[in-house]
Amino acid sequence: MKNPIFDLQKVFESRIRLGIMSALSVNERLDFNALKELLELTDGNLASHLKALEQQEIIIVSKQFIGRKPSTTYMATLYGKDLFRQHLEALERLINNH
Amino acid sequence: MKANIVNPKEDLQTIREIMERSSKFVSLSGLSGIFAGVCALIGAAVAWFFIFGGDNISIDDFLQNPAGFHNMHIGYNLAMDGLLVLGFAILGTVYFSFRKARVSGRKLWTNLTLRLLIHVMIPLISGGIIIVVLLFRGIYDLIPSFMLIFYGLSLVNAGKFTFGEIHHLGLTEIVLGLIASIFTAYSLLFWTIGFGLVHILYGMLVYFRHEG
Repeated sequence: MKNPIFDLQKVFESRIRLGIMSALSVNERLDFNALKELLELTDGNLASHLKALEQQEIIIVSKQFIGRKPSTTYMATLYGKDLFRQHLEALERLINNH
Repeated sequence: MKANIVNPKEDLQTIREIMERSSKFVSLSGLSGIFAGVCALIGAAVAWFFIFGGDNISIDDFLQNPAGFHNMHIGYNLAMDGLLVLGFAILGTVYFSFRKARVSGRKLWTNLTLRLLIHVMIPLISGGIIIVVLLFRGIYDLIPSFMLIFYGLSLVNAGKFTFGEIHHLGLTEIVLGLIASIFTAYSLLFWTIGFGLVHILYGMLVYFRHEG
């Protein structure tokens, strides 16, 4: 039988990254402040996790100006969504096996 | 928010909660529904006792031959009555949502609120335009029915972004509107049931389920 923890993704071990991916899987795109309020995090903490996810191409970042204010929005990539789904399925298997 | 430690059950719970929180507008209060229902009942009573009753006009006669009543400004009075009900109902909804958001420490105005409003407005404004067209063409007997149907469609749309009860409230309004379009002689009655009683019932349901 397949080992249930086989598909657990190391990159989603952190609860914060799970939170980011949960929000980005039900919202097409979210900006930094929306994520910050939703997850109740400090700027630095959120930024470092976003950076890590971006580096692994799990999310993509787009920067634009709304009037004069810069706005940074985040989207999950197809690869990121797939990885997240695999992680969720692995979590479910873990629970069912216990 | 805490970090780390693998605990699949808690992980899944967190995931579900964040998905809910980031995609559902939860500041809608059941009190808004109850208040809107009461406004509609008062509006219907005004129509019944003052606009029609004052001059002893049969609603049936009016609906069948509205042109004969033009000099009595009945259409104008009814439109004013309806707009006042709408205005108070919107004010109440904004107030109760604001209050609920403040009590639970949430922001009322978010991206989600904007998306919800856009989806509500599409059928609502379309319906509003059709009703104005019907008013100008003197086809009054279908107006209550169209109000119920388009309002119901708005709520079905809104239901994707908030409590599931709103979806069912929308379906109820659509069904009442369709029945009203067949039995036009009773359309004021169906309007009163749909905007008055049904609002109060669903308002109570939302209140006791999500705020009790």
